[in-house]
Amino acid sequence: MTFEILILLLAAAVQSGTPILYATLGEIFTEKSGVLNLGVEGTMILGALAGFVTARLTGSPLLGFFLAGVVGSLATSIHGVVCLIFQGNQVVSGLALTILGLGLANYLGTGYVGLSAPGFDPLPLPGLAAIPLLGPIFFRHDILVYCSYILVPLIWLFFTRTRLGLALRAVGEYPAAATAAGLSVAAHRWLGVLVGGFLMGLGGAYLSLAYTHLWTSNLTAGRGWIAVALVIFAFWRPGRAVFGAYLFGGIMALQLRLQATGTQVPSSILLMLPYLLTVLVLVFSSWRRGSGEAPAALGINEEPVD
Amino acid sequence: MKVLQVLAVLLLLVMAGTVQAAEKELKVGFVYVSPIGDAGYSYAHDVGRQAVEALDGVTTSYVESVPEGPDAERVMLNMARKGFDVIFATSFGYMDPMLKVAKQFPDIAFLHCSGFKMAENMGNYFGRMYQARYLSGMVAGAMTKSNILGYAAAFPIPEVIRGINAFTLGAQAVNPEATVRVVWTKTWYDPATEKEAAKSLLDVGADVIAQHQDSPGPQEAAEEKGVYSIGYNSDMAPFAPKAHLTAPIWKWGPYYVKVVEEVRQGNWKPESAWPGLAEGIVDLAPFGAMVPQDVRDRVTAKKAEIAAGKDTIFTGPIFDQSGAVKVAEGVAMTDAEMLSMSWFVKGVVGTTE
Repeated sequence: MTFEILILLLAAAVQSGTPILYATLGEIFTEKSGVLNLGVEGTMILGALAGFVTARLTGSPLLGFFLAGVVGSLATSIHGVVCLIFQGNQVVSGLALTILGLGLANYLGTGYVGLSAPGFDPLPLPGLAAIPLLGPIFFRHDILVYCSYILVPLIWLFFTRTRLGLALRAVGEYPAAATAAGLSVAAHRWLGVLVGGFLMGLGGAYLSLAYTHLWTSNLTAGRGWIAVALVIFAFWRPGRAVFGAYLFGGIMALQLRLQATGTQVPSSILLMLPYLLTVLVLVFSSWRRGSGEAPAALGINEEPVD
Repeated sequence: MKVLQVLAVLLLLVMAGTVQAAEKELKVGFVYVSPIGDAGYSYAHDVGRQAVEALDGVTTSYVESVPEGPDAERVMLNMARKGFDVIFATSFGYMDPMLKVAKQFPDIAFLHCSGFKMAENMGNYFGRMYQARYLSGMVAGAMTKSNILGYAAAFPIPEVIRGINAFTLGAQAVNPEATVRVVWTKTWYDPATEKEAAKSLLDVGADVIAQHQDSPGPQEAAEEKGVYSIGYNSDMAPFAPKAHLTAPIWKWGPYYVKVVEEVRQGNWKPESAWPGLAEGIVDLAPFGAMVPQDVRDRVTAKKAEIAAGKDTIFTGPIFDQSGAVKVAEGVAMTDAEMLSMSWFVKGVVGTTE
């Protein structure tokens, strides 16, 4: 494999990792507040549909991208109602959200299959795109990829340097203490669920507006589940999520490129790579740190105290 | 309450009306695996259905996005109970469910696309798409400058392998230097993965992208890179106006009309039909403006030749990837051999595994 192909592979890794990155950041945001949301896949696909339909009807992909986030928040608010108001089981509610999202998007989106909509095209950043190595890998993508570059440090800053971020982590780690300190657990968890849903919706919209300019049922094809696994791999840290998402994007891009270069390895084995990596990642994560990095109250409902 | 009564009466009237209609009208049902808006495989079948609908005394209906398996059986059972006279199921995975339903309803004509099982009242059909693929390969071979053609392919099954081989032989007929690189996605309709597959082919220097997938994802990749593409199923030019050279396409209309007429006259018999260019079941989409006249002439002449019955696409000498003779000079492969093809011809880069 020549050097040039390697650069192209890394650039493809960034692009195919971006939708997973948005979703992983969304799930990190949610889980930090102590809510486990397994509805990432369903939320993403609804975001993808909302973004596509909006862009097609209004001609504005940017509006589509934004509304995809809003629809993502709406979707996860179902999870919020079940878990934060009625104290329902978070695992069951999340799974239900995934099934609901996939089914609903399939139903509502049937009329949009095979149509095209305006989307985001690559926009090399002046100056930065010319840097050797880094330029072609990181700075010749569409604007949504650049957005994700900014989002990662912002989320990190939010959790480590702001009062609100600290409060959000507190309700995820030790809700009783947070309550004693006068923080509303429910309010902060709602924030985690809604902002998380917004980011997942954006991840879905990346698939229908930038990665392709098409809509189809099951467009997300399991990427939401990979995001759930990546949160554990990333130890709930935005920076490591970037690494994980690009690693997965890279493996997906690599297996296709290996085939294109004419390798004799059977394609069925190559196609297994991303899933093999998922298993390895989870084994590695639990071996290295155990679940010590997870928010202590993750998945546990907090009864409101009056 | 009054309103409810009126509604009930109306409902009864409507139901009585449909029962009466069923006595004189032929009802034809179609089962599709994907949405008809996919500009692809199911869309092509639905264009065929519309030709049937246009006949006098025939009504058609369809169910789209039916998963292969138990759901398909339920859909077909439902059609059979509603008194449909002919049912077409258009995906491979509908074969066994259809066989089960066919045995319960001996008076209904069942037709299954792309399979091989038959019954007293169930036939199967498919088209010689490889003929149109050969022609599209000629166009690709004439247009490439790098002599690398990329082929984003779904699953390594005989239908797809046969198409890749025909495409390669077509390309080599006009350009002996042409090679075809194959990437399998193991998906029929996943725009993101299929577009990425096409990009990976572009990265290794392919300058024409062909596809055996149902989504226009690969077309988008070619359009963005500014190279050429060959569509599939239906004219995919709207997705890649600057790239789209042509596409091997399905035209089911004539076949569906023929079958429905036979059923109406009572002389339909189950058979294994494999029509091609001659019957107009497969065809080539209009050439893009960039295809020069001499290429058009050459391809059109070859098309007329095949349509006239001179199909020598899989007639030897044909070599496999290692260069060994697979089909001896002058020997034509039989339909059975073509239908079970599991090896690549010389000039294809990739594996069939």
